[in-house]
Amino acid sequence: MDVLLQNLDLFGVGFLGTIELFVVAGIGSLIGGGILAAMRVSPVPFLRAVGTGYVNVVRNTPLTLVLFFFAFAWNRLGIIQLPFFALACAGLIVYTSAFVCEVLRSGVNTVPVGQAEASRALGFTFALTLSQVIMPQAVRAVVPPLVSVEIALLKNTTIAAGFSVVEAGSIFPSLSERGYSVLVGGLWVALGFVILVVPLTLLQRSLENRWSVTR
Amino acid sequence: MTAVLYDIPGPRARARNRTLSVLGVTVVIAVVAFVLYRLAVTGQFDADKWNFITYVAIQYLLLDALVATLTAFALAAVLSLVVGALFAAARLSDHAWLRNPATVVVEFFRAIPVLVMIFFIYFGLPPAGINISTLWAVVIGLTLYNGSVLAEVFRAGVLSLPRGQSEAAYALGMRKTQVMTNVLLPQALRAMLPTIISQLVVVLKDSALGFLIGYPELLFATRTLGSQPQFDFPIIPVAIVVAIIYIAMCLLLSWLANTLEKRTRRSKRAAPMGAAADREPLPSLTGE
Repeated sequence: MDVLLQNLDLFGVGFLGTIELFVVAGIGSLIGGGILAAMRVSPVPFLRAVGTGYVNVVRNTPLTLVLFFFAFAWNRLGIIQLPFFALACAGLIVYTSAFVCEVLRSGVNTVPVGQAEASRALGFTFALTLSQVIMPQAVRAVVPPLVSVEIALLKNTTIAAGFSVVEAGSIFPSLSERGYSVLVGGLWVALGFVILVVPLTLLQRSLENRWSVTR
Repeated sequence: MTAVLYDIPGPRARARNRTLSVLGVTVVIAVVAFVLYRLAVTGQFDADKWNFITYVAIQYLLLDALVATLTAFALAAVLSLVVGALFAAARLSDHAWLRNPATVVVEFFRAIPVLVMIFFIYFGLPPAGINISTLWAVVIGLTLYNGSVLAEVFRAGVLSLPRGQSEAAYALGMRKTQVMTNVLLPQALRAMLPTIISQLVVVLKDSALGFLIGYPELLFATRTLGSQPQFDFPIIPVAIVVAIIYIAMCLLLSWLANTLEKRTRRSKRAAPMGAAADREPLPSLTGE
């Protein structure tokens, strides 16, 4: 308990950094994943190919490598000089978007073809088919795995700590420097993550139960 | 697949798609060209920067780094399979005193970021009197996390089998262990093989975390080489080489998982009947 109370500043700043990274990268990855998913289901073959290629490459790249690039290489390219926090967000968005895209795409594919065919037969336009028939059904299939992806993002934010972003993961080296027991401090960090993850899991469960339909 | 959303294009739709294609090609080429241009302008393609690759000592350094990455991966992969099997057996046990603690342990390790686990082992244990090398800090951290995930995969695989399988085995007079090892596991493993291999891709990707505690793997070698003034700080060229190595290795494993999955899906006999559709989503699809 002493380790936590005497380093409350460290824990406070650390977990605040984690939450900031999570919120910015979470929203960014939803937008990026949405754009990629739109490309992957679009009628234009070239955009589909680009989307598929991006997802396949990024899903097979270690996040550490992505962040490594943003931390050490980006500022050498002389495009815009960015602080580490923005670079970490960019890296997390680039990485997580690929996973969000896959969840969204497979969600659209869970809707039976007959649904779209029936709505077209009734004279619905493309926009109406999408907004009134396909999306309301796809969302149910999408939300639980989407929450899983965002939970993974929350845990992945710790990797940014390795690249000088102040974050929950950077509590370890700091505690070590201050001479406190990292063993005890580590347990508090772990507990902090459990506290952050549990509400998301509960949200996922309740949405899953409320929206689960038998087809 | 995507035929859910639109009809086969007619003349007008085809014209529109052509316009969009041209637009898309232009945007993508512009972005790629801009990145290449910035790389060229900042001298990343200069011969000086790529000179490092001609030195035999550096080739060996990169090779050693690759071996270090693969060592961490191989140890962590084998150990997580073992740990996963043990945890899965405990979670499927009929005895509550074994099942409940195993559930808590598995859920705990799954909720904690791998890096926190590795930091905990690397920074936390030495003051407590246990000295641990960077290699084992990475391997143990990866094993605890991926072992827990694999335990869930194994368990889901066994539970997805129709109940008739175990009922029939019990009816034949088999004991609990026999039912598990001779009837349930062979079927579950076959169905779960693609998922298991996808999880191994995660192990390979996460072995790069060793860089953050100074384990001399590929990214660490990149950092070391990139700060050498006599090669004009070639961090971007080395990073490009290392990225290609990583992506090639992971793509190879993913391709194996996909091929196996297609094969399982094709042969009806191998796919478990009944509740197979209720399987939990592939954990590796979440990007951990």
